[in-house]
Amino acid sequence: MAILSASDLRKYYREFCALDGVSFQINEGEFVSIIGPNGAGKTTLINVLTGLLTPNTGKVFYKDKEITGIGPEKLSKMGVARSFQLVNIFPNFTVLEFLMVSVVSRLGKGTNFYSSLLRDQKVTREALEVARLFGLDEKKEVLAKNLPQGDKKMLDVASAFALHPEVILLDEPTSGVSTSDKNKIMETLVSASKEIGIKSIIQVEHDMDIVFSFSDRIIALHQGKILSDSTPAEIEKNEEVVCTVVGQKECFKIFRTLMDRER
Amino acid sequence: MMSLKSTKAFILIVIGLLLLGFPLVASQYVSYLMLTFFAYAIMVLGLNLLFGYTGLLSFGHAFFMAVGAYTAAFLTGKFSILCMEVIIVIAVIISSALAALIGLVCVRYIKIYFAMLTLAFGMLFYSFLLKFYYLTGGDEGMRVLQPHLLGFNLSEIPKMQFLTGNYYFYCFFIFVLLVFVMWKIVSSPFGLCLKAIRDNPEKAEYLGINVKRYRWYAFIISGAYAAIGGVLLGSAIGHVDPGLTYWTHSGTLVFMTLLGGFGNFFGPLIGGAVYIFLQDKVMSLTTYWRFIFGAILAFLVIVAPGGIAGVISSLVKKEKSIE
Repeated sequence: MAILSASDLRKYYREFCALDGVSFQINEGEFVSIIGPNGAGKTTLINVLTGLLTPNTGKVFYKDKEITGIGPEKLSKMGVARSFQLVNIFPNFTVLEFLMVSVVSRLGKGTNFYSSLLRDQKVTREALEVARLFGLDEKKEVLAKNLPQGDKKMLDVASAFALHPEVILLDEPTSGVSTSDKNKIMETLVSASKEIGIKSIIQVEHDMDIVFSFSDRIIALHQGKILSDSTPAEIEKNEEVVCTVVGQKECFKIFRTLMDRER
Repeated sequence: MMSLKSTKAFILIVIGLLLLGFPLVASQYVSYLMLTFFAYAIMVLGLNLLFGYTGLLSFGHAFFMAVGAYTAAFLTGKFSILCMEVIIVIAVIISSALAALIGLVCVRYIKIYFAMLTLAFGMLFYSFLLKFYYLTGGDEGMRVLQPHLLGFNLSEIPKMQFLTGNYYFYCFFIFVLLVFVMWKIVSSPFGLCLKAIRDNPEKAEYLGINVKRYRWYAFIISGAYAAIGGVLLGSAIGHVDPGLTYWTHSGTLVFMTLLGGFGNFFGPLIGGAVYIFLQDKVMSLTTYWRFIFGAILAFLVIVAPGGIAGVISSLVKKEKSIE
């Protein structure tokens, strides 16, 4: 069953066409990666899917409801959350407070003017639970701005997970993280999403190792158009697509990886 | 060794008792200054919910103070409603309604645009008070008659004695009550969401927080606080004039908040107290008191942007790290 679908999305920045008739659907239980060279329209696509940008034409559906341009706040309440390419945090919050914001929002307690937050054990417990899933529980009293870069990234992602969404969109979850940590982060993400009950994950990612080892499906964007939408196994066969989409250098890397695997 | 929390509670109780016993030892004049402190403290508490907690700097906050003060003048002078509790409730209703209307426009903007819009509304009200003189007394203003406290008519007590006695204690309890309520608000889930909006509104929006609506709530609460402060101030002075809503008066509130430190819950209260007593002292020494206050403001922004509370808390931290 399709959980998120887009039909004929077009988005222009003045004359520049960032999305040029993009249609696809994401099914329940899928892990989909969106790949493409810089400027292919990946982040624009995420911004359109999360309702931050309204497309010039086309529609976005979540389950049966149209969510085109609905805006991030309403969308998060419906069950779609996202994380950001560049670290997007509350710098003066401790890890625990940070995750509490998500929990408070999810439980609809934000307009609770008069109860004590510290005495709200349900909020604290659930925030700590998410911190544990992401290995941040020991740093719960650390200010977000004082965390190392990798942890900041994790906190950003964790706060989206704490909303218990059904669909999550991750904009380069491993960018700015050392290669050795990338796999660990992805494994954490996948296991956390299972525990929380997230149905589908959509990620934008540059690291082809990660794309190929975690995705059920890969959507390749090029100049605002979908170049291919298929399983990793099918894409592997299509040298031309891969090289156009990810560039020569990455292309070389991928085929080296593939050859290594075959060996 | 007491824990930090109980030390803080202990300090607060001591300060509270000192404030309560103040008129018994201090001169009437100083007690009267303290009375204006209570009024201003309530206003800056409200202002800081917007500024320190939500990240919106209002340069028209005196507008709501003037609404409160003029409400007191109208009700006592024109409608013979002297019961202080009724005056406060009506002032809160009027100011909240006005804040709700003005807020609808203002919270769509941030930073300098928000500051300028609030300033504009303050100045609009200033012109209104000045031009509709048959209603408001124009630049001469209006008298605020002595109110009845808790239903008691205390007009037989000499004015100064009333102000530094019964009225002082009345204001003290309202002040304590409102500090407590504000403390509850900033420690609530709502308070957490406001701070999230201050730190990163875009992220807050993605976490399901309706940023504009929460700013609007904060705007209304701060407006109501300013109006209560205005009622207390107007009744203490016994007279209101359009100068109350002039933008420099809003500036004074911002100055107090900066002086004390907007990053701390009690900062603006400290700032209010220091400002009022310092102004009194400096004004008695020189007519160029504004020059000195300008220098203080420049010094603050450059050297101690965290204000007095910021300096104190960094000293406490240093002390702790030495231990």
